[in-house]
Order: sequence, then structure tokens, then C-alpha cells
Amino acid sequence: MMTELHQNGQEEVRIGYFVCHCGTNIAAMIDVAAVAEYVSTLPNVVVSKDYRYMCSEAGQDLIVQDIKEHRLNRIVVAACSPLLHERTFRTATQRGGINPFFCHMVNIREHGSWVHEDRAEATEKAKALARGAIGRVKYHKALEKRREPVTPAALVVGGGIAGIQAALTLANTGKKVYLVERDPTIGGHMAKFDKTFPTLDCAACILTPKMSEVYAHPNIVLWTYSEVEGIEGYVGNYQVRVRRKARYIDEELCVGCLDCVDECVFKVGNVDDEFNVGLSKRKPVYMPFPQAVPKLVVIDPVACTHLNGGNCQKSCVDACERAAINFDQTDTIEEIKVGAVIVATGFKTFDPKRKPLYGYGKYPNVYTALEVERLVTSCGPTEGEVVCRDGRTPKKIGIVHCVGSRDHQTNRWCSRVCCMYSMKLAHLLHEHTGAEIYNFYIDIRAPGKGYEEFYERLQEEGNHFIRGRVAEITDIPKVAEEEGMLTIRVEDSLAGFVRRIPVDMVVLSTGLEPHADSQDVRRMFNISCSREGFFLERHPKLAPVSTTTDGVYLAGCCQGPKDIPDTVAQAGAAAAEALTLLDTGYVEMEPSVSVVDPIFCSGCKTCLNLCPYHAITRDDAKGVAVINPVLCKGCGVCVAACPSGAITQNLFEDREIFEEIEEVLAYA
Amino acid sequence: MPEDTQPRILAFFCNWCTYTAADLAGVSRMKYAATSRVVRVMCSGRIDPQFVLSAFAKGADGVLIGGCHPGDCHYISGNTKCLRRHRLLKRMLADMGIEPERLRLEWISASEGDRVKTVINEMTADLKRLGPLKLPERCVAWDVEAIDEEPDHAEAVAKEAVHA
Amino acid sequence: MPKPKIGFYWCASCGGCEESIVDVAEAILEIAELVDFAIWPVAMDFKRADVEALEDGAITATMINGAIRTSEQEEMARLLRRKSQVLIAYGSCAHTGGIPGLANQFSREAVMRYVYHDCPTVVNPQGTEPQTEYHDEGRVATLPEFRDVVRSLDQVVDVDYYMPGCAPNPTLVLAAIRTLLSGVLPPKGSVLAPDIALCDTCPRIDTKPVDLEVATFKRTHLHKVDPDVCLLTQGFLCLGPATRSGCGERCIRGNMPCTGCFGPLSNVHDHGAKMLSAMTSILAAEEEDDIDKALEGIPDPVGSFYRYGLPVSMLRRKVDLPFGHRN
Repeated sequence: MMTELHQNGQEEVRIGYFVCHCGTNIAAMIDVAAVAEYVSTLPNVVVSKDYRYMCSEAGQDLIVQDIKEHRLNRIVVAACSPLLHERTFRTATQRGGINPFFCHMVNIREHGSWVHEDRAEATEKAKALARGAIGRVKYHKALEKRREPVTPAALVVGGGIAGIQAALTLANTGKKVYLVERDPTIGGHMAKFDKTFPTLDCAACILTPKMSEVYAHPNIVLWTYSEVEGIEGYVGNYQVRVRRKARYIDEELCVGCLDCVDECVFKVGNVDDEFNVGLSKRKPVYMPFPQAVPKLVVIDPVACTHLNGGNCQKSCVDACERAAINFDQTDTIEEIKVGAVIVATGFKTFDPKRKPLYGYGKYPNVYTALEVERLVTSCGPTEGEVVCRDGRTPKKIGIVHCVGSRDHQTNRWCSRVCCMYSMKLAHLLHEHTGAEIYNFYIDIRAPGKGYEEFYERLQEEGNHFIRGRVAEITDIPKVAEEEGMLTIRVEDSLAGFVRRIPVDMVVLSTGLEPHADSQDVRRMFNISCSREGFFLERHPKLAPVSTTTDGVYLAGCCQGPKDIPDTVAQAGAAAAEALTLLDTGYVEMEPSVSVVDPIFCSGCKTCLNLCPYHAITRDDAKGVAVINPVLCKGCGVCVAACPSGAITQNLFEDREIFEEIEEVLAYA
Repeated sequence: MPEDTQPRILAFFCNWCTYTAADLAGVSRMKYAATSRVVRVMCSGRIDPQFVLSAFAKGADGVLIGGCHPGDCHYISGNTKCLRRHRLLKRMLADMGIEPERLRLEWISASEGDRVKTVINEMTADLKRLGPLKLPERCVAWDVEAIDEEPDHAEAVAKEAVHA
Repeated sequence: MPKPKIGFYWCASCGGCEESIVDVAEAILEIAELVDFAIWPVAMDFKRADVEALEDGAITATMINGAIRTSEQEEMARLLRRKSQVLIAYGSCAHTGGIPGLANQFSREAVMRYVYHDCPTVVNPQGTEPQTEYHDEGRVATLPEFRDVVRSLDQVVDVDYYMPGCAPNPTLVLAAIRTLLSGVLPPKGSVLAPDIALCDTCPRIDTKPVDLEVATFKRTHLHKVDPDVCLLTQGFLCLGPATRSGCGERCIRGNMPCTGCFGPLSNVHDHGAKMLSAMTSILAAEEEDDIDKALEGIPDPVGSFYRYGLPVSMLRRKVDLPFGHRN
């Protein structure tokens, strides 16, 4: 049944097998010499060798030389995962003068030496896998990568500092960029910060010029208050649907004078102000903050009396000299074509109500760090005056680190930025109030440039650092000095006893989390998530901003918690990757597409509806199915379903897989 | 030879989720039984039930199929097709006397390296308990009765093959 | 010059294949003019000894129908193989095991128990069972051995060609005989039917939608079958998409779905698995429970997908049945 001989023209199959030591990574657990020895006894194997580092230049040259010297026409490399080095060895195979798809990789590191503990068993497995590959590779065919042109434009999703940086970098190279932001303004979390650690330079001073630059950039199309609704296509050729939510303001006419806000029938704000994280109120018609970009107001349809069907005198309309307010506006859909996508959708902060013992929402003087950012900033709701919700100016302040981080009950990961921003806030709070500051930490993590020095500076400034995870925050006094105070109970793990420290104000240094809708977002862009829900990079070290979907890149905290310098650096890297794609001008499509053999196709229509990309149509004149290779992404669903065996998937042909199965299992 | 005691699992892993998860298990140096042999396919939707039968027919004691979680397929819905085939195939295998533990479908995402380890270890234990399937040997034994020579000898071979 | 010799033989079969030879109608006379018959038990009185007396290779072509279940069938298959230049597995049973092949789901003992004891129409008060040897007054009567396993012809002897079908279509039969007599032979191992599935010639193909989805599988004895619309589209399990054409779409024209007697296409290794794959792929259901519900209309997947081919399937036989035991 599966013993049919492959003719492949008249060519004799001559296989070269190369097994890598990977230093000791493989060789320590697998007897590579024995594997090579075994493979040399298999049919059609002309060369069988082991080598210390196959991926090195010398290792690759070995393949090149042996192809030439021994007239090899098939190559099998047993080394690490093909996801890591398949390209490397295909290229080497090509350098040797034969088609790169005559090369096949066997994974004996990630699936072998690294996961097994018995050298004999691991070696047996490597031999069996080698035999499977030797069996399958004889059926490999010469294949060509198809080239498709690339649309020289990029979509950046998310207008925080990551998206801003990526958009500007790309736009400055002359590429067209669509920047789509869900909120009415770009700026993201960074716009809410007062100062940035460790240099304490003003966040607004470094961010707002970039925001303006985005707005003014001739190559950037900025769509705020907009969301990506759908994406189709493939690397280099994505069609994106963007919903531009109705602002009820004509963007062309509004100049951001705020007359409408002043004249709104609500004389004071009636809605929690998102920008000030609820520490102040805004009106239904509002501009998120004075430096918002674009400098446009927006009408909140939930809060606006008129838009809720109420009877409103619509004083805002009268106030606008430019007649920019348009209550008839509806959502619009924009369809755009881009070659690359950078996902920079950011993060949300941990909701401290999930740690009820910390009393957030119960005790008014317990704050989140983001709220304190707004309190200490001069453009915040208190214009920089630190006054607690109960009106007191704090004299003693406790800062609780790792809230929703490094915690098996909530989030296990370290949010990376909290130690540093806690210290920044400690410094600023002390500066604003002269209060005594207590930091409660598990470990201080200050591994950035100038970070450790900042930690030292804080210690020198007289901040208290108490090592221990806070157990409880309570307003029930045990001693007189705790009366009217919030008492922080913590086991001081350096001193070895439980402390009770009464304070006026508590700051919870909440961690970073993926957005609640991150699963929807990643599904839309067809990318993966790590266990925590942050988007998964293609390779943690070698492809840290790429994803498993070609042409989709990651920047910023949507990939994992990181501080501003790292975010900006990563955004630059993502832009560079996207630029590489856009500048090349074409993409090479993997040849692993499926093909219908019209001789065997009965036109039974089974496959037509199975293709998720609508790549299969029926040629009614000929009565056969036809696959459009441009639309086919090579999943092979139709191949498995074809009841006639008339569809073949390149590199995953039935006979290749059958032979692999049979030979792997034939190894006794 | 470990084959005497160790079952053999032929695993079909999709490139994007389960194969990547198995890579992650490796990078994380998780340790699991050396019983699996992975055949990489791009999508669990590529897995033809013929492959599963072929694996059993050629000597696998168990077959493991790994794909992306429902809704997470890199190719949108290949895993759904895989699931549909799996449901009927499993029933059919039961009718053919193959125990349900011998065919396992697992959704393992790229981040679930530990799941690869757990599943392979569990399956190894299940298959050890069931004992080898030895379908190629059974076929040889079945055919002995029709071999045109020395019927007594043939019977002996048959018995040997069964009890091997 | 002597006329070429032709043989017909039957093994585990129903007799339908013999009918199909007669069904070539008047053309049988044309053939009878051209050939001599060497053996044809259903029609002519030849003995085994007559065949044994022939020289090896003396018969130009022999067509054997029926699966191989007994030692006698094996002996005759070997004998005819030796005496024939060309051996053709004729009909589904010889080709792929056929309906008798479904017995590979049961042990020999279970078959005997049912046939001689449990079957409701059996009256067997003494509990008699067939014996391979019976001694009476110094004389010995023998019966062939009933094997544990049902086999296709090529699992016992080397086969040159396959004539598929339950039973084969007379048009194909006549064409095959004429080809044989012409001396211009197709490649060894050929199946003498088109290597394209039945949908290619199905009169209902245009009624099959391009966005085919099956909500739930239905069984023909429980539902009214529309005589014009694609059976699969109606939800009836039709193996046409996976089965060779050439049958003349007899079942379809009789308003019944294809059950797969012509066997798989040459690119398919396991007819049942391939069909199972195609049929489940086109379900509409997405969740496990819904899928199971939609598949309730296929209560016996082995019987449905391997109706004619269990012995040549990858698994061949229910794996946990006893064998090698002799009573």
C-alpha cells in the first residue's frame, strides 16, 4: 500500500543526514554518533554525520559541501525545532544547489534531549524520528515560494506611547500609517502620569509633543474613538474594517474651543472623568484633557440628555459658532488596505477590589497608584495638592507594592514597573506633603539604567522600606495612635515580627493585566496569548515583536508588562520589522498550499464549504474544484476531507505523512 | 530495549498551538516519558482519520491529536473539523475493539507546555495499563491460517504472535 | 488454433456476481463463440480434477467472485491462480471482502453460535454443528475449515485485475472481457472501473449546493427520500463522493444512496476512514454534543463505511477477537 516506489523522474534519491550536538544540549542526552551510525544503514542514505553546531556557519557549510561532493538531493537535519531553524537549513540546502524544500528537519532537542531523562530512550526516539524523516523526505518535491506584492501601508492599533512611537517611526520613513485608537484621544496611560522614573522628567513634556507630531504628520491617518472590527487577508495584503464611532461632532469643523462644554445644560460635570480615573467629574460633552489629540470634543451618548431621548434645550449647539455639533451623526465604517499591523493595545491596571483585605472601595483613603498619579500632578483634579478623600492632608502614607502581582491568588507575574513607580510616587508624595512614607515590598526590583541609584536616593531621603507582603488594612484601632487612622498589618520579614503601622493614606501599587477583551482582539488578529493573556511573541528571544501570524507585530504592554523605555524600544523594533516587510515590497508565500488534481476530482463539492478562506471554487464547466493559491493558507482541511484523495498539500502530502508514520513506527 | 515496556504514541500536533507548546515544554526543560513520536501538521484539520488508522495498523499503541483550543484555530475552524471527525472515529474504533484511551484529542495552546507533559505522561500510563496493541503482529498471526504450508507450524506462529 | 480458455469460480458469495455475467445478455453468445469455458460451477459440470489436469497457465483468464473464508476456497483460489495467466477478482467480495467481510467484526465462534443456534429461524434441537471430519462405519466425510478471518482474494493469492461492484455492471464486464481477449492489457493491479468518484456521473449533482452542510444524518427507512435531490444534501449518508463510478448509478436511480460497493479511488488507502472524514467535515454542528447528536443517524459506522471493504481496511478485523483456536 505505502511501498510504492517514488520515481521522481529518473533521479536516484541520495539523502544526507546531519545530526546536531547543539553543544551538549542534545549530545548530553542523545547518543548522536549512534543515531548517525543507525541512519547510515537506512536505504538511500549516502551521508550520515553528527556535528557540534549544525546551525553555525561551519555546520551549514558541511551541508553545502556534502551536497556537492556526494550529489545529495535530500537533506535531513536532526537538531532543534523547525520553528527555530527550518529556514536556516533550507537556505543552506539551497546554497548547496538544490531546492530548499528537499530539506526536512527533525526536532530532537525541544522534543527530545530537553524533555527526557533516560539517555537510551531518548536515543531510541531520535532514531525512530530520523527513520520517519528519511522515509518522508524521498517524496519531497522541488517547490517554489510564490511572491505577492505588499501594500505599503501599516495599521497601528492603539495610541498609547507604544503605538505613537511605532506610528511615528514608520511614518518618518515615508510609509503611510493608520493609527486607530479606541478612546477619544491618543496618549494612553502615559498621558495620565505626572513624572517618569527614574529621571523624574515630566511625562506630559515628553509625550505631548509626540502626540502633536502624530496629529500633524502627513503620513499618519489618525482615527481616534475608533475600533478595528475585522481583518482579512494575509501578510502584506490585509483588508481592515474600522468602525469610527459617532462623536456627534464634525471633526472638520470643531476647533476645540470648548464653548459647547461651557454652555452645556449641565453646569457641573455629572459623569466620572475617565482621564482623572474618577477623581473628578466631566460633562456629557467634553474633551478628555486639555492636551488631547486630536483637539476635539466628544459627546458621550450615555450621559447626554438629548441623545438619550430627553428633552434638552441643546445649548451646546447654539454655543458652537462653527455648527460642528451634529446629533445625527452615526458610526461609519472605513475599509483600508495595509501590508502590516502593529498591535499596541496596552494593558489595564489590576482592580484592587479583588484583594478585599486591602480595603479599596471600602476606606476612602485607600488609593490606587494611578489615582495618586492624578493627585500629584499639577494638571490633575486637585492641581497637585494632595488631599485625601476625607479632606485631610496625609502625614503618614503607606505604599503597598505587588497588589495583584506575584500573587498566586490573583496574578502570578511581576508587573515590572510597580517598584519603580512606587518609589517615584513616594518621592513625589513626600515632596508635596512632607509626609512620612512607608513602602511595603516583597523584593525591590530595580534593574534598569539609573534605577538602583534611584532606590538608593529614596532610602537617603528617609523613606521607610519594610519587607513583607501586607496582610490587611483596617480602620479598627488597637491602640490610641491607630484611632482615626488606617492601620497596615504586615509581617516584617527582615525583622521577623508583625508590625502595625497607622497611616492617613494608603497607595496600592496595582499590577498590569491584559485588557478584558484581549481574547477577542487576539482572535481577530489571529495571534496567540501566553497563559496570562498577554499576546504571545513568535519567539521570546529571536522574534520578540513578531507573532505567529506573519505581518502582525507587537509593541508595548499588550505583550507583557514593561516600562516606558522598554515600550518605546519595542515599538521601534516592531516598526523596524514592519518596515522590513513593507520596504521589501513583496512577500514570499510558503508553498505549502493545497492543489486539486482535476483528473481525480469528481466535483463532489465536499471541500467547497470547508475552506475558511473561500479559496476553493468549482469550475462548473469542467465539473472540478479549483483552489486559488493566493487565498489558500495551507491548513490542509480540504485535503483531509477530500473523499477522492484528489487534493494534495505541498510538504504535507498524504504519501509523505503515511511514510513518516510507517517508518517512525517501523523502528523497532 | 525500552520497547518491551514502553508504549508508543504517535502524536499529530498542529504547528501553531500544540507543536509550539511541545517546544515550550522543551525550552522549559519539563520532563516527560520518551513515548511520543510527533508528526507535525499545519493544522489539526489536516489530520485525516486514515493517518490515525495507519498509525494503529503500523504499530502505535496510542494516537494523540493536539490542536488549538476551540475558537483559537490559526486557520479559524480547522480544529472544529478535527473534532467532528474525532467524535465518529472514536466511536468506530470502539466498535473495532480499540479502547477509547488509545485515541486522545487534546486542545493545547502554545503556552501550555505543561499540558503536553501531563497528557503524554497520562497517556503513557493508560497505555501501559492496557498493554500493547500490536496490530502488525496480530495481522501476521491472523494470516497464518491462510498460509499454504505446514498448518501445525502456522498455528504455533499464530500463538507466539499473540502472546508476544 | 484452440480458443482461449476462460474460467469463472465462486467462493463466499451470494450468487449475484454469477447473475451479472448472465446479465451481459446476448453478448454472452458472442463470448461463447470466442472462448472455451474451463470451469464455471454455476453453469457447467466441470470437476476440480478437470482443472487440476490442465497445464499451469492453460487458462487465459479466470474470474473469481466471493470472499475467502474456508480452506477449500483457499485451495481453489491457489489452484486457479496456478492454472490461469490472468486472475481477476470479480465483484466486491473478491475485490475488497464484500458483505461477508463484515463478519470480521465477530469471532468464528459467535458466527457459528448464531447461525446454528441463536438465529430465530433455526431449529436445531440436537445442537448440531458442522465438523471438519465425520467418521461413520469406517468412512470419513470431511468439510473444509471455516477460517477465523474473512479475506479478499488478493490476501490469499496474487491478483492481476479487479472488477468492482456488488454486483459488477454488465457493461464494464463486457468491456473487460473484450479487452482481455484483445491481448492489450492494462497495468497489473488495475481496477477495471473509472478512477473517479460517483458524483462525477451522478444525475443529481446539480442539486447539490456549493455550501453543502449537513445538519443531521438521516436514515432512509425513517424518512421520505426526494427522488431528484442529491441524497447527501437531504442528509442521507451517500458514499458516492468516495466511491468509484462505473456502476451506472443504479442505486441513485433507484432512489437509494450509494453504499460504496465499487470501492475507493486509487489515491485512498482506507475507504471508510476517508468517507468518515468527508462526511463529518460537512456537518454544521460545532460543539461536541451537537456533533454527537448530528451523528446519531450513523449508528453503525463500521457497517456504513466498510459495508464492502472491512477485510481490506487498515484495521481489517475487530482487533480483540480470538483466533488461532481450533475445536
